[in-house]
Amino acid sequence: MSFDVDIALKRGGRTIAARFAAPEGLTALFGASGAGKTSLLDVVAGLLRPDRGRIAVAGTVLFDSAAGIDLPPEARACGYVFQDGRLFPHRTVRENLLFGWRLAPTARRWMVLDEAVAFLGIGHLLARMPRTLSGGEAQRVAIGRALLSGPRFLLMDEPLSSLDHARREEIMAVIERVRDELRLPILYVSHDRGEVDRLAGQVIAIGEQAARP
Amino acid sequence: MAPLSPEEWGIIALSLKVSGVAILGALPLAFGLAWLLARGRFPGKVLLDALVHLPLVLPPVVTGWLLLLAFGPQGPAGRLLADTLGLTFLFRWTGAALAAAVMALPLMVRAMRLSIEAVDRRLEGAARTLGAGPWRTFFAVTLPLAMPGVLAGLVLGFARSIGEFGATITFVSNIPGETETLPLAIYSALQVPGGESAVARLALVSVVLSVAALVASETLARRGGAGTRAGGFGHVL
Repeated sequence: MSFDVDIALKRGGRTIAARFAAPEGLTALFGASGAGKTSLLDVVAGLLRPDRGRIAVAGTVLFDSAAGIDLPPEARACGYVFQDGRLFPHRTVRENLLFGWRLAPTARRWMVLDEAVAFLGIGHLLARMPRTLSGGEAQRVAIGRALLSGPRFLLMDEPLSSLDHARREEIMAVIERVRDELRLPILYVSHDRGEVDRLAGQVIAIGEQAARP
Repeated sequence: MAPLSPEEWGIIALSLKVSGVAILGALPLAFGLAWLLARGRFPGKVLLDALVHLPLVLPPVVTGWLLLLAFGPQGPAGRLLADTLGLTFLFRWTGAALAAAVMALPLMVRAMRLSIEAVDRRLEGAARTLGAGPWRTFFAVTLPLAMPGVLAGLVLGFARSIGEFGATITFVSNIPGETETLPLAIYSALQVPGGESAVARLALVSVVLSVAALVASETLARRGGAGTRAGGFGHVL
């Protein structure tokens, strides 16, 4: 199993609970807005601490409240593509792309800048500042930044939601290539049925169905 | 207008020394307090906030008198610093720097706190997932994004301490060559018949210093905060 998640946390006065095991490939967390999908990704990334539970990805335990394991985000080797891109506004595209790459141990760097740039077609953007990018350009750079940090798995939080139709097609094609050519386990959050049907190998409904009995 | 006399150059040099030492000495404390107030969650935060802002609302003479009580030869802090570091304040330029630092602190904390609060914490989360530990995240993301406010705080503090009068004259008196900074010298010159031209010269110097500080900060903030937001004072005052 690439993702093995069983957690519960209190957030804004209610309990978010999820238990699922996901196989290889792209697994979609599907559900209405406000169901706690983003919180779940933050928990897997280590940005939010669950009250209890266990998270393992590709055999590595990231969190286990019973065993007292809680790896900090920087030790989890996850590539997180945020809904809003979250590029560093004070750094150029090139510096954004290399931020995680420079911090990754050499053994974990399975991609270099030139490969990522060619893969995503962003060579002409390298010297630009993030505020000058369009939504689609920023999202491609964000995917590149995540890939270059040498992740063992990817988390994607509605990466298409801020894009128009043409850009959505383009980024969806990029995500399919990440899924098929790079063969990284991906946890993908969406509330768009069409997107999920096209991309996901497995769909996990978040909401009442995923809550623990 | 006559050129500046050697004594007047001395007054300017002393003012710059006092303000420079005051601001650089207060910087770590101001940033630490700004961080605590922006990010900390602890009991007594409201009290700390009030305490930091006290010099802003108290009559400066009262602040000077409190400094005298605390840092004078008989004061607890004064005795401690004299015994451990050999640092004394009374009637010395170090006392003028201390008074200037205390008076500048609220403005510095305020500017820095606002800029720390304005940093998007989700960017820090992004840095963590990319492999940066808390310290690297601070130096690579938080501090650069807060830099316009830090610089604005430095300049506001500098301008405030260049103009400090009440606390200084109460705490360390008005001693030429030791504690007589620009405002004190202007005050002294006003007391002397025929001192008007000296007053005009020193006042002009004060204006030039203040404007230069403003221009320097605008320039630095624009360069340091490139790509983020307009630097400067708009978001502070």
